[in-house]
Amino acid sequence: MKPYALAAQAASLKQKAVVVTFGGGARDDETFAPDGQQNIPHMLKELAPRSTFFTQVVNRGILGHYVATASIVTGVYETFNNFAAVSPGNPTVFEYFRKDLRRPATDAWVIAPSNGFNRIGESSYKGYGPGLGAGVILPKRLLATALTAGNGEAFDHLLRDNYESSAYSPIIGGTDVEMQQLLEVMKLSVSDFLSRARNLASPDELSVYIARQLMHRLAPSLLWITLHDIDVAHSGAYSLYLEGIQRSDRLCAEIWNTIQSEPEYANKTTMFILPDFGRDSDLSAGGNGFQHHRTGDPTSRTTWMMVLGPNVHENTIVDRPVESTDLVPTLGSLLGFDARLCQGKPLHEVL
Amino acid sequence: MTPLQLSAASFSSYPAKAQQIAVSSLPLLRQLPLAFTPFLLKEIRDADVKFPVELKELEDQLAYLQAMSAEQLAKEMRPFAGLTLNAALESSDWVKSPGQFLEQLSAHLWASHQMDGFRSASETYVRQFHASLAAVPLQAPRVGIVLAGQGIARPLNRPVFVKLAREGTLFTQVKPGDGIAVVHSALEERAAKYPAPYAHWNLDGGMASPLKGFSSVGYGQLAPVREALTAKMLAAYEARHFDPEMLRTNLANTTFQSLGIQPTGDAPLDHFSLTLLTEGSGTQIYSTTFVQWAAREALRRAQPLTLLSRYAPRQREKPMNELLSGDKTPSQQETDPNGSFVDAEMGAYYTWLNQQRLSGADQSRFLVWFENQPVALVISPAHKRAAVDSSPVELADLVRKVLLS
Repeated sequence: MKPYALAAQAASLKQKAVVVTFGGGARDDETFAPDGQQNIPHMLKELAPRSTFFTQVVNRGILGHYVATASIVTGVYETFNNFAAVSPGNPTVFEYFRKDLRRPATDAWVIAPSNGFNRIGESSYKGYGPGLGAGVILPKRLLATALTAGNGEAFDHLLRDNYESSAYSPIIGGTDVEMQQLLEVMKLSVSDFLSRARNLASPDELSVYIARQLMHRLAPSLLWITLHDIDVAHSGAYSLYLEGIQRSDRLCAEIWNTIQSEPEYANKTTMFILPDFGRDSDLSAGGNGFQHHRTGDPTSRTTWMMVLGPNVHENTIVDRPVESTDLVPTLGSLLGFDARLCQGKPLHEVL
Repeated sequence: MTPLQLSAASFSSYPAKAQQIAVSSLPLLRQLPLAFTPFLLKEIRDADVKFPVELKELEDQLAYLQAMSAEQLAKEMRPFAGLTLNAALESSDWVKSPGQFLEQLSAHLWASHQMDGFRSASETYVRQFHASLAAVPLQAPRVGIVLAGQGIARPLNRPVFVKLAREGTLFTQVKPGDGIAVVHSALEERAAKYPAPYAHWNLDGGMASPLKGFSSVGYGQLAPVREALTAKMLAAYEARHFDPEMLRTNLANTTFQSLGIQPTGDAPLDHFSLTLLTEGSGTQIYSTTFVQWAAREALRRAQPLTLLSRYAPRQREKPMNELLSGDKTPSQQETDPNGSFVDAEMGAYYTWLNQQRLSGADQSRFLVWFENQPVALVISPAHKRAAVDSSPVELADLVRKVLLS
């Protein structure tokens, strides 16, 4: 290895990245557009001024949450059935990161909303795949394990983890982390875990609680959190969709504050926040506005991204269109790995 | 099977009117590409339960295509013929189950990155078809009325109807008088003046009051249907082998009779009510979603002259901590009036947008009243946009102006 490469790798050892995606697409109308700003006070007033803000992040792939998240983590527009229990077809960011930088399994984690995401941590790509990906934590599944049987409505309701299709039953399997293993990491008993969950208002709050525990105990260098409460929009209740956005806004600020307060993260962590895509426009006759993301219209394909960190320009707006597949090569440049099979390009504005 | 192989026998499973239309359209259907034919067949298959306006639109569409020469038709269909389908689609029973085919087609188009091209082709086709139609004057301007805010005792400390307020005049000193009764009697008068089947609609998030001359659909009245459907869906989920395709097919083929519920005798209206619950998302759970979706579908399908939508408080969404606390109170027994009002504000906006997509949009009228509160908003050619009128006005006068101006 050449000296400059060694230096780069040494520098990257100190770098960490936290990615937060909203796995229920959010529209500009309810976030950064004038009508939506009241829903995101934390992102607007606390985070945006410290960020480089990309106003047009286009997702040209399939607008289903699992396949879209898989496209973001691979940097390639994946084409599998959104409701199938399959691994991404291309190497994930976690595999590039761990293989290139020889990082242990404890250094890359995904916290994802539902059973359907249990294979998001590693691909089926030859030369990558099993053993090289991220640990996947599915908080609702952990909760289901911890809950005693016969909790009726609570159990059913919490496991209703897919708002996109009522006719969906994921096949259990994959590489998610088992209950006992996680509780050991978090140094919690099952009853402590449940007690904590009983004080939280939503599955996303549980996800962020777990993220904070992981950050404190293991300090992974690459942490990916997919929030999902917003996707209640598929039920058609606008107020619940707005509540989901408001909660995500608050949780993003909490994650950022955790980054600042944890010595392992402060001043060496770059945080990326982006919805996986938008939702249908009010003006698309073929859709029903915020409720779904089925038309493929520009509003459903276009969203925003906020990047914050020690080496990121503050209060900077980037109006050129970029793609959601640009995130992984950007992480590659930041952390020092080569996302060689990506379709996207590094975002030079934050490097 | 390809469209070219279609014969009269292909439609033997179709209901009577649908079969008659399909058979008489055979020469046309045989010339269409596979990526398009099932769209038309889905419409034809439902002919027996279509509203008069949509049946006329189907006939117009067939006539539009039949009037083309072979070259013109090939040109019109070129974007659809150019789509690449897969073997599963080609071998599926798209004649008997065009709806299922379309779902699979949609998934295929997304996966093969052909969705954008398809969307563009569809929009062009619909635009050209509509442009070919001669404008038919309406009996009277369309009117949409939305009642929102049941269950809220005091005025809210925030601006209301913000999106709609940009389009019309907000009245802030409305005297409700007899309230809903005022609205009902004025609407019945209008229906009597312009009688026509399915031209006047009354949608309610609770129990729909029977209004003379109106087609009424109430979330409350449909409770037995909702319960039967929920039981059917739960049984499917809990089956040893859950088959989502089968569930979709079963839901699509559901009838009042198959649920053990007595039909009302109005087949198109029964079918309409049922599809709100079998095809809508969230309509089974939230009454606010039900009203918004019902208004959208009524406008899209029946193109009514008058549409009244009344929102009722929906069930409250319980937070996780309450669900985990062991509280056994069924969600349906608790309501969320404030959240429901937010839903209704957006629902009213969508209803107005959907009304504006219909003919006569430049003359249409729209009124939304914050029930039992002194706030209403009117959009009409006679009312200024983005204006506020704080002079005292009777609700009855506002309604009359909207209906008669």
